Amino acid sequence: MLRYSFKRLISLIISLVIASFVIFFVIEIAPGDPASFMLGINAQPETLAALKEELGLNIPKHERYVSWVTGMLTGDFGTSYTYRTPVNQMIADRMWVSVPLAIYALLISTLLAFPVGIVAATNRGKTGDVAIMGATQLGIAVPNFWFAMIMVLIFSINLRWFSAGGFPGWDTGFFLSIKSLTLPAFSLALPQAAILSRVMRSSLLDVLNEDYIRTARAKGLNKRQSLWRHALRNALIPVLTIIGLQFAFLMAGSIIIEQVFFLPGLGRLVFQAISQRDLIVVESVVMILVFSVIMVNFIVDLSYAAVDPRLRSRV
Amino acid sequence: MPNISIRGFWIYRNLIFGFLLSLFFVLAALLSYVWTPFDVTQIDIANKLKTPDQIYWLGTDHFGRDIFSMIMVGARTSIAVAIVAVGIGIIIGTPLGLLSASKKGGWLDELIMRGNDLVFAFPSLVIAILITAVFGASALNAIVAIGIFNIPVFARITRGAALTIWEKEFILAAKVAGKSTTRISYEHILPNVMNLLIVQGTIQFSLGILAEAGLSYVGLGAQPPMPSWGRMLADAQTMVSFAPHLAIIPGTAIILTVLGLNLMGDGLRDILDPKLRNSRS
Amino acid sequence: MTLLKLNSINLNINGKSILKDISLEVRKGEIVAITGESGSGKSMTALSVMQLLPIGSVQNGSIFLEDTNLISLTESELCRIRGNEISMIFQEPMTALNPLKTIGNQIAETVKLHKAASHSDTIEIVKSTMRRVEMPPEKFPLYLYPHQLSGGQRQRVVIAMAIISNPKLLIADEPTTALDVTTQSQILTLLKGLVTDLDMGMIMITHDLAVVHNMADKISVMNQGKIVERGSTSTIFRTMKHPYTKMLFNASNHKVDLPKAINKEPLLEVSNLSRDYILPKTKIFERPKIFRAVDKVSFTLHKGERLGLVGESGCGKSTLTRALLGLEEIQEGKIKISGQLVLKNDVDSFASKKRMQVVFQDPFGSFNPRHKVSRLISEPLYLEKKNITNDELNNLLETTLISVGLNRDDKEKYIHEFSGGQRQRIAIARALIVKPDIIIFDEAVSALDVSVRAQILDLIAELCRSLDLTYIFISHDLSVVRTITDKVMVMENGKIIEYGNTEKILTNPAHEYTVKLIEAAPSMPSFS
Repeated sequence: MLRYSFKRLISLIISLVIASFVIFFVIEIAPGDPASFMLGINAQPETLAALKEELGLNIPKHERYVSWVTGMLTGDFGTSYTYRTPVNQMIADRMWVSVPLAIYALLISTLLAFPVGIVAATNRGKTGDVAIMGATQLGIAVPNFWFAMIMVLIFSINLRWFSAGGFPGWDTGFFLSIKSLTLPAFSLALPQAAILSRVMRSSLLDVLNEDYIRTARAKGLNKRQSLWRHALRNALIPVLTIIGLQFAFLMAGSIIIEQVFFLPGLGRLVFQAISQRDLIVVESVVMILVFSVIMVNFIVDLSYAAVDPRLRSRV
Repeated sequence: MPNISIRGFWIYRNLIFGFLLSLFFVLAALLSYVWTPFDVTQIDIANKLKTPDQIYWLGTDHFGRDIFSMIMVGARTSIAVAIVAVGIGIIIGTPLGLLSASKKGGWLDELIMRGNDLVFAFPSLVIAILITAVFGASALNAIVAIGIFNIPVFARITRGAALTIWEKEFILAAKVAGKSTTRISYEHILPNVMNLLIVQGTIQFSLGILAEAGLSYVGLGAQPPMPSWGRMLADAQTMVSFAPHLAIIPGTAIILTVLGLNLMGDGLRDILDPKLRNSRS
Repeated sequence: MTLLKLNSINLNINGKSILKDISLEVRKGEIVAITGESGSGKSMTALSVMQLLPIGSVQNGSIFLEDTNLISLTESELCRIRGNEISMIFQEPMTALNPLKTIGNQIAETVKLHKAASHSDTIEIVKSTMRRVEMPPEKFPLYLYPHQLSGGQRQRVVIAMAIISNPKLLIADEPTTALDVTTQSQILTLLKGLVTDLDMGMIMITHDLAVVHNMADKISVMNQGKIVERGSTSTIFRTMKHPYTKMLFNASNHKVDLPKAINKEPLLEVSNLSRDYILPKTKIFERPKIFRAVDKVSFTLHKGERLGLVGESGCGKSTLTRALLGLEEIQEGKIKISGQLVLKNDVDSFASKKRMQVVFQDPFGSFNPRHKVSRLISEPLYLEKKNITNDELNNLLETTLISVGLNRDDKEKYIHEFSGGQRQRIAIARALIVKPDIIIFDEAVSALDVSVRAQILDLIAELCRSLDLTYIFISHDLSVVRTITDKVMVMENGKIIEYGNTEKILTNPAHEYTVKLIEAAPSMPSFS
């Protein structure tokens, strides 16, 4: 177990280093320099030089990379080119919207997908299964941001149950904030739940075909008991993989969904930064997103070991 | 007891229905090169925001452009982006997967697989953000972003399937016949993973359409005046309360295309790989 | 006292008739064997008794366990009987246990399900049952997971699960087929002892007549869903009447007529061959351990000689085979063919590979399903490194196909159109096409039904007569090795421990391991 975790940890660190390297140097090849962009074409050479000095743009690239990475380790993401405020403060504010949204959506999709997948698998070929498979087939095909627009149309404009967008801020109270994240979270979660429940179903069906399920039935366990006691945990392994992979889609999806609901999350921040060529913000937000995906997959890898004793002793 | 021909159709229903649905949009895209009911760049404020009628089959948008024509031209963008992105994935990913499987456990395998994991950590949207920040937004951008994301998908699926085939005794027989690793990969492994690649290709095609729509919606993909389904939805957003058809129609186009491709993928899987029929469908 | 009685059971699965008019009786303390070839319906008979039939099954007749007709019971009533009054053991111990649960947990589950015992009582029952199947919990603690056990140990766990609630009837479906002979004999002895001690009835399903002979009190022979002959073991083996039974018996005892081997010049000389594997490290900073799979093996194979190689799984026989074929790196030693040194990764290796071809065990996995037979068979011609015309190739293909008893038109077919036996013929054709000096048969008949196996053995003998073959025949089955080879090598822990004339070694073994192997192998009576 320790050896396995150690190996995963090493590979996590290497991934993060390479990812930061790639992100930094892709941004670095951007044509034009941010300082002249910010000051416009009429800038005085002295002002430009001063700004470059201030932004640290006159230091060689590799040194800037090192200070960027070491800065991030201490929570210092540098200063925004546009707003001249610390990037970490800007990101932290926005994270309080994006991260809860992603987790909320992940919760909904998992909580929905598990029972739906189980019901489909246990009723394989029957009406329930056919209906679920049809619905999920449709669910997979729905773009989440379009679904979000339709939700707004139905629940905000017609039924007036929810506001059409915006975020009141956590200081207005937990309930209000959660309520304003509910439509976005559902729009994100439902298409994901469709995929996840199909994976859950097929994984369960695979496991139900295994020899040890037959053994369990021969012991006198009925179908339901053998499902709960022997099939579910085994079926979870491929489902975990998909949850890990889906987190990347959820993060990306929440950035798009924020646009639909005018939520002040990382998505808004990064699109603004792109249009203002505030590259240091783009760089940092991208790094945060990649970091979160890599971290989630690290956690998924560890949870494999928790589920599967073979991994604990092997590798 | 249904008779044989009906049962035959029932087995192929996914494939046939999916194929027809996808074909419809592909034909619409192709037709748009020679004919559309109206010129999609022609602004006609007098006829703006019309609901579907006999002249404008699917209505008009806030500039009075014909939505039916825009859907046809938009299909072109979506399909082209998705196809090229799948192509990138297959052309680069499959050889990587084959190579990786043939060197199983070696440093090259490890390198390719870790590289894969790394690319997986960059969703298409993140790649698109990076590229746009550097080069500005364009449809090409979307192709590259989705294409890069497809590479590890194909590499991984090829490797996984190839590994099980490398365990087969007929590979040993080929080795005994003196064939090199590369030759075995090409002669024995590739034909046996082909079916899987076709099925996955269809699925990635549909995912590509969804991703392209998403990127265009947030402005990282196709730029005006090139019509695209995602952009149509972005334009529709502020008008959804009084002109819902502006949102509903492009969304339905996306759903139908993706649904068609997914059904086709499932149908192909059922036919090409009967073993998997139990678990999916 | 009659324990179980099947009355004219008919079973259809998805409209296909699987069992036809099966009647069977099992008494207390009695072992009834059901035997037959694959597809005869013997496993389905067992699953009928368990009432664990696949979806789409339609069944009629009656199955009485004492006074209860199992067919008329509801699912929940059946659940109370399964694992409690009737238990079952399956063929594949490697997959029969849930990999994510401890063995203690899995054995205890049966108790918790059927008996009202406290937790500590349950643990005690589990422990005593483990002792009963010779898996003392002191040595095999309850917290072990299945992957930490060998195949034989896992099968003992499965047996423990089956007998823990003192069932009246035990069904064993090929319980030892996946195991080595020595393990097989231990498990069979254990099962036999349990039947007597617990006064159970037992249905033993097996394809192996030798196992039947050693175990069963009564036999039912099945063919194509019907019981063709039944009776007590001693009578059936002496006075079998049905032609199918006779055929099975003869095929199991099949002897081939090998032409006399005339010792000629040495063809293959192997000296001091060793193959090491580096084991995965268990701690992070540790010197890697080395496992020597083949340990300084030396032997000489003469032209025209037929050499057997026997040993249990893990003894190194497959590694040795692969090393000979140039598929494994070797750490030490030399291989010479006709006095010429075989060098790995050398131009010469092409020439030497051409002189050695192989026939594998699995008739299903040995062929690329996407190629036609013509392409499959001609694959080794790649070694010829010369162009042959289409006519020449066609001629060669057809004569090779005919020499293994197939038709010339078969070359246009794909592999899925052939049966297991025909596939092994194709595999032999593939080996023969380059006219190799040596053929290696790697468990080449092990996956086949006895009747097909007999045909393939005949084919090999015939090829010996017409082509003067030299081969190495690897098998775990001593009776096959006895008839198809002149010389034999016995391998244990990577070493050749005994080598010599086959008949002599098998009747008069010198090494204690060979003695053990021969004693463990179930034997057939010979009434000829």
